[in-house]
Amino acid sequence: MVTLDDLKTPEKNTWCPGCGNFGILMAFKKALIDLNIEREEAVLVSGIGCHGKMINSVNINGFHGIHGRVLPLAQGIKLANPNLTVVGFAGDADQYNEGWGHFAHAIRTNIDMTLIVHDNMVLGLTTGQATSTSQPGFKSKSTPFGVIPPMLNPLAHALVSNGTFVARGFSGDMLHLKGLIVEAIKHRGFAFIDVFQPCVTFNYLNTYDWFRQRVYKLEEAGHDVTDRKKALEKAFEWGDRIPIGIFYNKERPTYHDNLAHVKDEKLTKLPTKNVDITSTINEMM
Amino acid sequence: MITNKISLLVGGEAGAGITRSGFLFAKTCLRGGLYVFGANDYQSLIRGGHNFYTVRADAEMVYSQADTIDLLLALNKETILLHKQELVSGAGIIYDGDQITITDEELGRNNIKLYSVPLRKTVKELEGPPIMENTVALGAAIALLDYDPELLNEVLRDTFSPKTAELNIEAAKQGYNYTTEHYRNNFGYKLKKTASAGKHKIFLTGNEAIGLGALNAGCKLYAAYPMTPATPILHFLAPLDREYKMVVIQVENEIAAVNMVAGASFTGVRSMTATSGGGFCLMSEGLGMIGMTETSPVIVLVQRPGPSTGLPTYTAQGDLRFAIHASQGEFPRVVIAPGNVEECFCKTIEAFNLAEKFQIPAIIISDKYLAESNETAEPFDQHRIRIDRGQLITETEYTGKEEYKRHKFTENGISPRAIPGTKGAIVRTNADEHNELGYTTEDPALATKMADKRFKKLDALTKELENYETVKLYGPEEADATIIAWGSTKGPIREAMKILSNEDITVNYLQIVYLTPFPASKIQKIQQSAKKTIIVENNKTSQLSSLIQEHLLRTVDHKILKYDGRPFNPEALARSIKEVL
Repeated sequence: MVTLDDLKTPEKNTWCPGCGNFGILMAFKKALIDLNIEREEAVLVSGIGCHGKMINSVNINGFHGIHGRVLPLAQGIKLANPNLTVVGFAGDADQYNEGWGHFAHAIRTNIDMTLIVHDNMVLGLTTGQATSTSQPGFKSKSTPFGVIPPMLNPLAHALVSNGTFVARGFSGDMLHLKGLIVEAIKHRGFAFIDVFQPCVTFNYLNTYDWFRQRVYKLEEAGHDVTDRKKALEKAFEWGDRIPIGIFYNKERPTYHDNLAHVKDEKLTKLPTKNVDITSTINEMM
Repeated sequence: MITNKISLLVGGEAGAGITRSGFLFAKTCLRGGLYVFGANDYQSLIRGGHNFYTVRADAEMVYSQADTIDLLLALNKETILLHKQELVSGAGIIYDGDQITITDEELGRNNIKLYSVPLRKTVKELEGPPIMENTVALGAAIALLDYDPELLNEVLRDTFSPKTAELNIEAAKQGYNYTTEHYRNNFGYKLKKTASAGKHKIFLTGNEAIGLGALNAGCKLYAAYPMTPATPILHFLAPLDREYKMVVIQVENEIAAVNMVAGASFTGVRSMTATSGGGFCLMSEGLGMIGMTETSPVIVLVQRPGPSTGLPTYTAQGDLRFAIHASQGEFPRVVIAPGNVEECFCKTIEAFNLAEKFQIPAIIISDKYLAESNETAEPFDQHRIRIDRGQLITETEYTGKEEYKRHKFTENGISPRAIPGTKGAIVRTNADEHNELGYTTEDPALATKMADKRFKKLDALTKELENYETVKLYGPEEADATIIAWGSTKGPIREAMKILSNEDITVNYLQIVYLTPFPASKIQKIQQSAKKTIIVENNKTSQLSSLIQEHLLRTVDHKILKYDGRPFNPEALARSIKEVL
């Protein structure tokens, strides 16, 4: 039985005091404990940005990759060994800017894994530039006169890309977020959670208070998580009231479900002797 | 009468089945016991344009296409006009006189034999699809060459579904009969079954040989995005995924592909991707990540001319330096350049072994000419290069005394590898500089130690490679000149050597198979005793010369370079060599 102590690492945490990432970190650890997932059976994949330092804070298997590429890396791990619980952590810039191209594809491919995006609506580690989820008018070092284009809507994108599990959490409500992560990991298929995660240093606009005043829980509002159209409507809700919780949750066959030939094969159990290719060679005569 | 020595070209529009019919003829020669080389030349379009496929068949081993053509199968007029100057005196042209009229003036040659065969009419009568005109032409070619039509029928049966095969066999028969009736004993070339007729040898492309190597080496995950001329590897492996119980996946781009194979490798699965220059550009960052995280996928770089999109369906060797240096920072890698199909097979297995043993990225560099040309070979020895997975902890439980450290410091820099899921071991790696446990670090002393650790592996690898055939020498030890080359130039060079030796000119040929680590001492030994050195390379700046200069502080005497997207032709190459002697 894994404990919080087991998941501790000797590394010093370097997030700012009060950083929204702490809520995600704790929620994830508690989700692992709730689900009783052994440390050896879980893989944490992270990208580049403040969120990427998750690798140093959870004592489970991990691969800290490069900017924007959490998804293909995590997919490769899961494709190769479906017995592992694979959870990808990405930042908003990491996933929605640099890695946007992989986002829709991972969702439609539907490999059984979880993606958690630390969405603080700003680039933190590069010291505070606007990102694709920054609100129009948001002033930053790179947008001194305010952000011009509208925000990307990752939840709506996930829904129209045939996403099977689409949710939004708030790191200021750790227990609620933990519940979402538990459901996401349990979900058979690609699960996506966008997490509001206030950046206490560079995002003067979207603060804890800003979110607290606005967020409400879908499950308390009688939302039907099996209705994609309703979910899409909710994904467009923005302003005084912003929904969090599970927007959509309906399974469809995973990528592996269509790979009957490797279903019972552990790819990692590689042959130690050369594979017999006689039949294929004979085709070439 | 010339027997069992033929160079045939079949040409026509894209979409007319040119490559297929060239291949069918080649296979027909193979089954008769001949050695065959087949090369395709096609443009980056789907319909129209001009495609051709050349087949060279001989009773002796052939390493490349020929410079000239003995028999032309012209499925359109353009084929005749474009290739008439390549025809030898006494060459024949099979064409459809109902569709093509060619005047003496247009042909401009009076030593060519024209064989009109009613291709379209035959197909119409058989109510077959227009693409079957090729098969009628093939039947005509078999008749002109006085060859056994049953060999072609067998190949057709092996290639097509029973119904389509029977229709094609009938088409070929019509072409054969018409030609026999009208042009019996008219052509100066003949093919004859040899004693080694039957299914004994294999005929395959470099891409297929790399695919076979991957299968034999136990590759279980192949991820790629289509890019000419690397796409056929994906086409080759995709239908085999069930038989070999592996995952073959086409992903959204090359960035995804390289990251996916890195992830798979992290879990202990042998994985591979392939691309051409443009895709390799996109993979560069991932390549560095592989170096940093000490994962070990195999990356195949099938070159085509650049820069940028360049000549997308043609050949070049312009990416050597790129393969050696791609990605920021410094890390060890292995870059291997096979020169023929047999090497494509063996070197791929070696690449998998070395990548895992030294926990480094392995790059196989080939090019369109090698990747898509068909060559004859003995069936590959499946046990010659044995799988060696290096220091891999295969037990389900880690029983080490201390905590498992994925990037543990060791004498040779190689850290025993556990895979995620191993009980008692937490496997952590990091594209950031990291400590032994895989946690991020920015400590200067640790950063130095980690870089040193990675480069100790290069020392170990270099030592290991002393026992590998990293270079090969062909020809006599004493020679008038030594050709130095790498990769696909091998075929034309070996043909050129045959031509030169017939003229009592002795050259030998040093093939450099491993480009990184550069086998400097082995090259030096040979270069020191060489009377004259000649580089033969399919690029503009002679990247191999610069490597020799860099590692050996020696210049080469001559460079024969070609960068028009086409491979060297043996006779032209022999002439170029003579010019510099």
